[in-house]
Amino acid sequence: MRTTVFSFILASFILIFLQSPTYAENTIKIGVTGAHQGDLASYGLPSLKATQLVVKDINSQGGINGVPIELLAEDDGCKPEVATNVATKLVAAGVKAVIGHVCSGPTKATLPIYRDANVVVISPAATTPNLSQDGTYQNFFRTIAADDAQARLQTDFTLQTLKAKKIAILHDKGDYGKGLAEYARTFIEQSKDAKVVLFEGVTPGAVDYSAVIQKIKRSNADAVLFGGYHPEASKIVGQMRQKRLTIPFVSDDGVKDATFLKVAGKDAEGVYATGPADVSNNPIAIMYRDKFRAAEGAEPGSFFDNAVAAALALTQAMIKAGTADADALIKALRTQKVATPFGDITFDDRGEPVGIGFFIYQVQNGRFVLVQ
Amino acid sequence: MITRHDLRHAGLTGLWFMFLTFPLVVIKINPIEHTVHWRWSNMVWIGVVSFLASLTIRLVQGRRRTGENEKQQSLLQTSVRQFDLLRRPAFFRAALITSSVLLISFPLFFSSYQVNILTTALMYVVLGLGLNIVVGMAGLLDLGYVAFYAVGAYTYALLHLHFNLGFWMVLPIGGLLGALFGLLLGFPVLRLRGDYLAIVTLAFGQIVRLILENWSEFSKGPSGIANIARPGLFGLTLSPEATITYLYYLMIGLVGLTVFVVNRLQNSRIGRAWQALREDEIACQAMGIDKTKIKLSAFALGATWAGMAGVFFAAKTTFVNPASFTFIESAIILCIVVLGGMGSIAGVMVGALILILLPEYLRAVADYRMLAFGAILVVMMIVRPQGLIAPKRRTYTLPSTHNPVNSSDVPASDR
Amino acid sequence: MEYFIELLFSGLTRGSIYALIALGYTMVYGIIGLINFAHGEMYMIGAFTGLIVAEILLIYQFPLPAVFVLTALAAVIWSSAYGFTVERIAYRPLRKAPRLAPLISAIGMSIFLQNYVQLVQTADFLPFPSLIPEFAFLEPYAGIIGSTDAAILVVSLIAMLLLSVMVKWTRIGKAMRATAQDQKMALLVGVNVDRIISFTFILGSGLAAIGGVLIASHVGQINVFIGFIAGIKAFTAAVLGGIGSIPGAVLGSYVLGLTESLTTGYVSSDYEDVFAFALLVLILIFRPSGLLGKASVDKV
Repeated sequence: MRTTVFSFILASFILIFLQSPTYAENTIKIGVTGAHQGDLASYGLPSLKATQLVVKDINSQGGINGVPIELLAEDDGCKPEVATNVATKLVAAGVKAVIGHVCSGPTKATLPIYRDANVVVISPAATTPNLSQDGTYQNFFRTIAADDAQARLQTDFTLQTLKAKKIAILHDKGDYGKGLAEYARTFIEQSKDAKVVLFEGVTPGAVDYSAVIQKIKRSNADAVLFGGYHPEASKIVGQMRQKRLTIPFVSDDGVKDATFLKVAGKDAEGVYATGPADVSNNPIAIMYRDKFRAAEGAEPGSFFDNAVAAALALTQAMIKAGTADADALIKALRTQKVATPFGDITFDDRGEPVGIGFFIYQVQNGRFVLVQ
Repeated sequence: MITRHDLRHAGLTGLWFMFLTFPLVVIKINPIEHTVHWRWSNMVWIGVVSFLASLTIRLVQGRRRTGENEKQQSLLQTSVRQFDLLRRPAFFRAALITSSVLLISFPLFFSSYQVNILTTALMYVVLGLGLNIVVGMAGLLDLGYVAFYAVGAYTYALLHLHFNLGFWMVLPIGGLLGALFGLLLGFPVLRLRGDYLAIVTLAFGQIVRLILENWSEFSKGPSGIANIARPGLFGLTLSPEATITYLYYLMIGLVGLTVFVVNRLQNSRIGRAWQALREDEIACQAMGIDKTKIKLSAFALGATWAGMAGVFFAAKTTFVNPASFTFIESAIILCIVVLGGMGSIAGVMVGALILILLPEYLRAVADYRMLAFGAILVVMMIVRPQGLIAPKRRTYTLPSTHNPVNSSDVPASDR
Repeated sequence: MEYFIELLFSGLTRGSIYALIALGYTMVYGIIGLINFAHGEMYMIGAFTGLIVAEILLIYQFPLPAVFVLTALAAVIWSSAYGFTVERIAYRPLRKAPRLAPLISAIGMSIFLQNYVQLVQTADFLPFPSLIPEFAFLEPYAGIIGSTDAAILVVSLIAMLLLSVMVKWTRIGKAMRATAQDQKMALLVGVNVDRIISFTFILGSGLAAIGGVLIASHVGQINVFIGFIAGIKAFTAAVLGGIGSIPGAVLGSYVLGLTESLTTGYVSSDYEDVFAFALLVLILIFRPSGLLGKASVDKV
């Protein structure tokens, strides 16, 4: 048994040595991070694939002024403490820029590391507003609109189009969902046109939400706003309809997901959700979606277009700046327009995308249809 | 030697696993398009692999059984000699010096990423040693240990946010608050024993996390607290790489302190009392030990280390949110203690290094990483239920009756 | 008042869901004193097997009652098989090991099974068809209790009754009690202890599988992590009621479910779990062996 233990330890040490791979010197390294395994992989993998497709194109056209790009993919599992390890690993490997992180928590935790190492970060999916707005992180950009913009659209739609007067706000107690819900509450209270009659967090993963639904019923709300992801949304909508509660359900881009349609089935009908622009007619989007289908034999998932936009913006900025140097890159990203699946976009001085917004969709006959 | 009986048994095992894994491994349905995908080749693989695995296990076990009688005597001798080798002060000192030199020179040879994950592993050494006081020495099963870790982390995060206190100031405060929460948990559970104690500690851990998650005014809720300062070094600003190395050496220092204190505690009056409590609560009371006092001291002293490790965690990641303090974290720390060897300091250290570094290096096998992790836990427990390095009791032998074969033939933990 | 009744039924639904899983926990604990962390995975495997079988049957357009019966049957068969195998591999070799070794083995098994299903199936959420038909006689009360809720409530009560009767009066039940009391003595009076323990695991896992199918049709979706979350709650419920006691597990589940729903109704669902766990701590302070558990007497 002793030998087993020792060989175990020996093996781990050998692995340590193996873990320091030698990279070719004459490449530009770009990190791609996000959840690539586990339950959140469906949010992270599409970004990885999108970046790979874009980089493959760039490299086949000669790379960045003759220098090929090398991608380093790292899984952060959407956990901040793992993400900081991943970030130091990427920085140690000498990456010039990072596409990621996908979740807001890891992005928040790793931005100081990247800033200190002078690495540009473009997140295709992190939507927490305070990442960029205080201007601390000059190296941060994103190709998705922030949550406050989304909450603003949700409340405007609920108040003006649906003419709701009493609104129940639910969230999933998570960073993203609760943040969104709190913005929505603030906007509704500011507008004075309607009242928030209920503000509650539901426990994610719970088997039954009927108690909170009875509470909505009792509050006489005439619309429900939900901040969170699709698994909870489909459970809440399903049980609302079971309890014969038919008021409108307005949700976010964490719900505007094909899985929601399939899981909620007929209960999904009529649900509203905010989401990024419908890009199905954009030639760049079509091109990359076709490439994805050809390579994977499946439909691209969440944040695919955002990641294509991030990778395009980054590589084009590198080509235009003629260098992967952070300062030149930041300047190029802020000044040059770049063609992406969302049309021509650029970034303002807080790293927010100009040209990517949110729209309201409704589920009609099992599909999300643009309504506003 | 493979007998027909062995083959039959292995064949049956293969068939059983083919049946067992049939629906999940062979059939894959697409509930959206309502199509079924049959993967028969997987079934063949399962059958072949489990057949061979079963055969190998039987052969190994069979050989061990036949060889046992002849070898027993010599085996005993060598194992005793090995045990003695470990116990000899000269060997112990040599091992200690080698490993210290290795640890201290580590950042010189490896990249900052390697240093960083080793720092994480060392943090778990401190956590493991702290939990070892409660579970290993005092025998109180604690499934909510991560709560104290969270207390430490949030102590630093909040004190830094509101009062701009530095790391060095908060480190002792974190330890103290950890101890305070340890007492807070200790009082209500004084009467509970065994698994009822376990579930209350689990509930306590959940309550602490849920409060951090829901009481946004106090803790900023699920969005967490960012931009926590790293420890300072006399006001110098360090480059990212230097910071990582600096954190690493700080962590080595903390581990050294923990090992020193825990070691002293173990052989102290109170450490003996904990062990008496673990062996038998009633007998322990009958010996005149104040049960209340030593139970509370175990919880408080165990929690102190988690509090300090928490402060360190906040300083290292510069960001805390409640998602880092879930039940699974408590379970992993418990695994470190049990896998390493309950009550053994060296065991806990080895356990932490293996369990924390293993998933990092298993990244090479990506998809199978956690599968392998789970399987390794099970296999290790079956092969070595008392842990990798079983604790040894301090024994006093009279010189005249000294007989090496008798004094160490039963590992202490088997009792 | 009406609101209270609505909350009451919400609580009962939740409680019955916990009860279906808690019964298995309590039986295994009662027999070998092991917190079987992998029990939640049996429930998850039952739900997955159920989904696979149900989908195939629905593709071939079987009538709904037949689909339900066959699905439940398949789920029970395979979950029991997994329960049996897990006991043989991960717990039986550790029967004489130190107390915490089987616990760690169970945690390892739980991680292993989750990742195994994730690898061979998927980590995504999958829709689960609703297998319980809408009962017409419940339609007037649809705002209070749904058909699936009613089915879960009834099944959990029947399961509790049958188990209690079995443990009390049948031969195998007596053998189970003997094993629980003293394995060595049971062996001496001719009880096949190994077989009884295997039987307990098979029974517990089978029950969890029925729970898996029913709860999945109630929730409408499954993924590989449902076992873990439900497992912790069910375990809490089992301890609350007095672990090892069959009626205790059900009572504990109802108390837990009602606490959660009343907290949500009258305080806030933000704190439902905090109240549930605080109640557990409170009850255990005053009744250290749970609501219906027997205090164990130690002799030196």
